[in-house]
Amino acid sequence: MLQKPKTENRNAVITIRGVQKSFGDYEVLKGADLDLYEGENLVVLGRSGTGKSVLIKIISGLLQQDSGTVEVLGNKVATLTSKELMALRLRIGFSFQNSALYDSMTVRQNLEFPLIRNKKNLSKAEINTAVETVLDAVSLSQTINQMPSELSGGQRKRIGIARTLILRPEIMLYDEPTAGLDPITCIEINNLINEVQARFKTSSIIITHDLTCAKAVGNRIAMLLDGHFQQVGTFEEVFASTDERVTPFYDYNFIQ
Amino acid sequence: MFLELYRVHLFIMKFFREAFTPPYEGKEILKQCYQVGYRSLALISLTGFITGIVFTKQSRPSLAEFGATSWLPSLVGIAMLRTLAPLLTSLISAGKVGSSIGAELGSMKVTEQIDAMEVSATNPFSYLVVTRVLATSITIPILTFYTALVALLGAYVNVSLAESTSFSAFVQSFLESITFLDITASTLKALVFGFTIGMVGCYQGYNSSKGTEGVGKAANSAVVVGMFLVFIEEVIATQITFLFRM
Repeated sequence: MLQKPKTENRNAVITIRGVQKSFGDYEVLKGADLDLYEGENLVVLGRSGTGKSVLIKIISGLLQQDSGTVEVLGNKVATLTSKELMALRLRIGFSFQNSALYDSMTVRQNLEFPLIRNKKNLSKAEINTAVETVLDAVSLSQTINQMPSELSGGQRKRIGIARTLILRPEIMLYDEPTAGLDPITCIEINNLINEVQARFKTSSIIITHDLTCAKAVGNRIAMLLDGHFQQVGTFEEVFASTDERVTPFYDYNFIQ
Repeated sequence: MFLELYRVHLFIMKFFREAFTPPYEGKEILKQCYQVGYRSLALISLTGFITGIVFTKQSRPSLAEFGATSWLPSLVGIAMLRTLAPLLTSLISAGKVGSSIGAELGSMKVTEQIDAMEVSATNPFSYLVVTRVLATSITIPILTFYTALVALLGAYVNVSLAESTSFSAFVQSFLESITFLDITASTLKALVFGFTIGMVGCYQGYNSSKGTEGVGKAANSAVVVGMFLVFIEEVIATQITFLFRM
């Protein structure tokens, strides 16, 4: 397993301040504050429905907060024009919970799609090289001509990650990367997240319930409880807490 | 109800805004045109041919009473070109293409494929909606004329079984009976029907929710609403065309 780099004294690439978001009468985020530092893997833990996925959708501009500010790579997301938001999105990779591969395209076409759309000056050979490089990075070169429906859950996750990596993002947002996978595949995905951090020098937010994943990939852990980040620190620091809303996470995951 | 109409209004306005904003998706539009044509062609060919046969068969006795069977090509031609061909083509396309667009976009929406497109810096509205609506708007008028020709062929087959008529004389009689207004009105009508079918399918699919149930609902609504609007537009178009004929 790769060694996790230390992240002290680095610049914040994402700064979240006082973010509130409601859906109807249900207030999901109630003034969340968080920083993601350059080069770190930050794991966001929390119960279902606490707004973890909402948070990364706000970061990528898929949703807009009701109040508060989200600054990504120096850009206030809510104030960007659609053109500026598109440019920012080229610097952010988003790995979806269900992979969100394009069903009607092969793996190759899925990977080519962001490149063809956004890097119009690339030659066919350069596109092929980029596709082969990211497929190699996720160890799935043999699937290049397969359809998403022919892939296993773990393979789909990997291809989803490869599709985001092809644009060489500076920030990666992983939404439940190990959800629904067997323990061995979870370990493979955890290793892949660490490899991506080391090889592509990304800063990442990983949304998960899985403490094994959190411990394996996180430089820091942020616990989202009642719409706020209640505990932020290393895995050991967070789970040294006696907060009765935090301890059940540890107890029920049987971590040694 | 009014909120829904407002949303539809915004959706249509967004379509026109995106349709005239570069980058243009020429390759994808061509691909969608092929898809629309390919999906409907077999059914349209069969329906058009059968309609031509049945229409001629049903009309013949009435015309024969007045010794006017020579008017059959004109009757079939006018009926097909003015109303039946645009209507048949659009109804079949609403069933085949509208439902397919609704289901495809609905499925993409609930499986976050549209979000994935957006976060990879691609404008999903331009890529998915504009291309499909333009494809139906372009292809359905073409298919309409194809339907009219196939129906004419069906009519000729039926006529030639009863009496010896040359195909060229049959076509000549048909061509003499139609006017520039018929062709223009039919083309514009088919264009509006095509736009409606594409727009309804895309709107239903793009705004679907509630998982797989939402996908089914989007596909179903695309057909029902699409057909309903086509009938309403047909009535309005017929009234407008009659004003021009007066």
